[in-house]
Amino acid sequence: MKLKNYILVCGGTGCESSKADDIYRSFMKELKDQKVDGEAQVIKTGCFGFCEKGPIVKVLPDDSFYVHVKAEDAKEIVAEHIIKGRQVSRLLYKKSDEKIHTKIEDIDFYQKQVRVVLRNCGFIDPENINEYIARDGYLALEKALFEMKPDDVIKELEISGLRGRGGAGFPTWRKWSFSKGVPGDQKFIVCNADEGDPGAYMDRSTLEGDPHSVLEAMTIAGHTVGANRGFIYIRAEYPLAIHRLEIAIGQAKENGLLGDDILGSGFNFDIEIRLGAGAFVCGEETALLASIEGKRGMPVPRPPFPAVKGLWGKPTVINNVETWANIPVIIMKGGAWFAKIGTEKSKGTKVFALTGKIKNSGLIEVPMGITLREIIYEIGGGVPNGKKFKAVQTGGPSGGVITADYLDTPIDFDNLAKLGSIMGSGGMIVMDEDDCMVDVTKFYLEFTVDESCGKCSPCRVGGRQLYNHLEKITNGEGTEEDIRKMRLIGKAMQKASLCALGQTAPNPVISTLQYFESEYMAHIKERRCPAGKCKKMLRYSIVPEKCKGCGLCAKKCPAGCIKGEIKKPYVIDSVACVKCGACEEACKFKAVVKN
Amino acid sequence: MAKLTLADLKKLRDDKKREIEKRDVEGKTTRIIIGMGTCGIAAGAKEAFDAFLDEIDALKLSDVAVTQTGCMGLCHVEPTAEVIVPGMPEIIYGHVKADIAKRIVNEHIVKRELVSGYVFDKPAADILK
Ligand SMILES: Cc1cc2nc3c(=O)[nH]c(=O)nc-3n(C[C@H](O)[C@H](O)[C@H](O)COP(=O)(O)O)c2cc1C
Ligand code: FES
Repeated sequence: MKLKNYILVCGGTGCESSKADDIYRSFMKELKDQKVDGEAQVIKTGCFGFCEKGPIVKVLPDDSFYVHVKAEDAKEIVAEHIIKGRQVSRLLYKKSDEKIHTKIEDIDFYQKQVRVVLRNCGFIDPENINEYIARDGYLALEKALFEMKPDDVIKELEISGLRGRGGAGFPTWRKWSFSKGVPGDQKFIVCNADEGDPGAYMDRSTLEGDPHSVLEAMTIAGHTVGANRGFIYIRAEYPLAIHRLEIAIGQAKENGLLGDDILGSGFNFDIEIRLGAGAFVCGEETALLASIEGKRGMPVPRPPFPAVKGLWGKPTVINNVETWANIPVIIMKGGAWFAKIGTEKSKGTKVFALTGKIKNSGLIEVPMGITLREIIYEIGGGVPNGKKFKAVQTGGPSGGVITADYLDTPIDFDNLAKLGSIMGSGGMIVMDEDDCMVDVTKFYLEFTVDESCGKCSPCRVGGRQLYNHLEKITNGEGTEEDIRKMRLIGKAMQKASLCALGQTAPNPVISTLQYFESEYMAHIKERRCPAGKCKKMLRYSIVPEKCKGCGLCAKKCPAGCIKGEIKKPYVIDSVACVKCGACEEACKFKAVVKN
Repeated sequence: MAKLTLADLKKLRDDKKREIEKRDVEGKTTRIIIGMGTCGIAAGAKEAFDAFLDEIDALKLSDVAVTQTGCMGLCHVEPTAEVIVPGMPEIIYGHVKADIAKRIVNEHIVKRELVSGYVFDKPAADILK
């Protein structure tokens, strides 16, 4: 019997940690035990994006989508689906309407997505170069080496309108053409895979699911600007991505797609991996280059820009993982094809890591210009547990919040900036009514204070000051003077910090002050946290009219601070209360209230 | 593995592309669905499946997906295959032995002509249940 089914097991980190390896092995065993190992092939792919439902197994070409699969389920899937052609309906994806959705195209999560960067992710085996080649892999390199001149490549990038996906959105073609324009025989190509934003994992998934796309793009860049060496700077916390990159580099070398005289063109190019220790500031390009050189990862003032004077003082093109992954497609299909996707000034797609208070969390790729409403409600399925949407945070510690009033804004670099946030690298954290904006802001400032390299004082001292003011406010000791000072410090940091870490660190403060000033004021004037998050200000009390005097709360209270007599209203001693919320949970009559 | 030349790479891509296309669902407008219930398998559905794949390979058709389903309720004419070609009525063929499978690909899918003598109707929905 010939191969008739392909069992795709997600091997992304999300699913890997939830036992993808066991599932893979279990399918191999079952196919053998049930004597159909010639009829189906098991392939471990990169992330499917829908990590919320992981581990995920897809069966092709029937296009069946199985969710929350366990290793034990392999037996039934093989016996029923592979042998008898009957889908195992208990494992098929179901929407909240309880209707079964067998086909991937029926799943809302995928409907609005456009896959350019993630074109191969979740479809090919990333550890097998032949699968990449089969999907037109290295075709762009062929074109760039044999059919196009370096200037043609840059022209295509210009037509495509591709802007850097690492955060700043700088036009990629301009970087390349700066480097190309500098005379000299030693130049470098660098891939920024540091990915330091909390909650972001777009780059990791791309590298895990399709490592060759980055290698191919870097080689094209090397040929275009005249560089023979490339470095991938990746954090050591990404072991699976590193492992797959190592395999990919090894296979590319064996096949003559890296190394000397690539495809007989006479062009030499090599790529090495450099591991970062996971400092946020090392994602900043000048600090990253210093780290590759073996120095302490601290930024230096720009200009000169790396494109002109980078690694060891030589012209260096540094791009983000996602930027790189777009490039082979642009060269293959043409810049004009790419420019058709997106908005006037932001072309193509963007990968986001959708997390927080959202039903369908996961990795999504959407065309630029899509609205937040479409992302949150149509792809993400909205806020769970009937809670109210409050805001979405984009751009991580350098970004800001976007409120419900602006959900219909088409997302692109310029629109997000206008709203006081940034595109950033693609973290998107949804917050609901239970999230306190002051507390969230404090979290980001805590992060930047930790991650500041300490070289310049506006960032080192200013960040700490901002944090202290926020802490005062969340402790219920804030005054309006704190707000005034935060605004002043923020301005100074934006103007005087050495690198964008310090320049953008006040953004979360400025943005939340713009949209949620009243929430700050509630903390300051009423000593109250409207979301009930700031523990110091929290007061639990019992409404006497509702209390039936059952005494359950007193039994549950770990601090023993609830007193009373059976059948009479109980009372909480707010001084001794540790604000754990156990009483609120225990009360069947909703008599315990916050604030 | 030896280093690839440009010609090697092109050839490798062409070979592997045919393999991987079978996996893909995108761009496949024509579908052949083979009944693989116990009755179908006993009557030779596996051989029919192979014959379909072989013929599609031989003709280098890239827009055809061959999938399987459970018993279609036409046990008396197994093996059965449903063929869906855009712009043509959906047809269920019965008694699909290897040679008929070959004819279906050549006549129904390529020439867009029904293979007469093997067409069976879909049973009414209540029989299927
Ligand atoms: C504090 C800080 C952290 C950064 N972290 C990253 C990162 O993790 N990944 C990344 O690609 N770019 C990061 N950047 C942006 C890089 O400096 C640089 O703009 C980017 O690598 C350029 O690539 P692109 O043009 O392809 O976006 C960071 C910048 C700053 C200031
Ligand atoms: S670390 Fe860059 S400004 Fe402080």
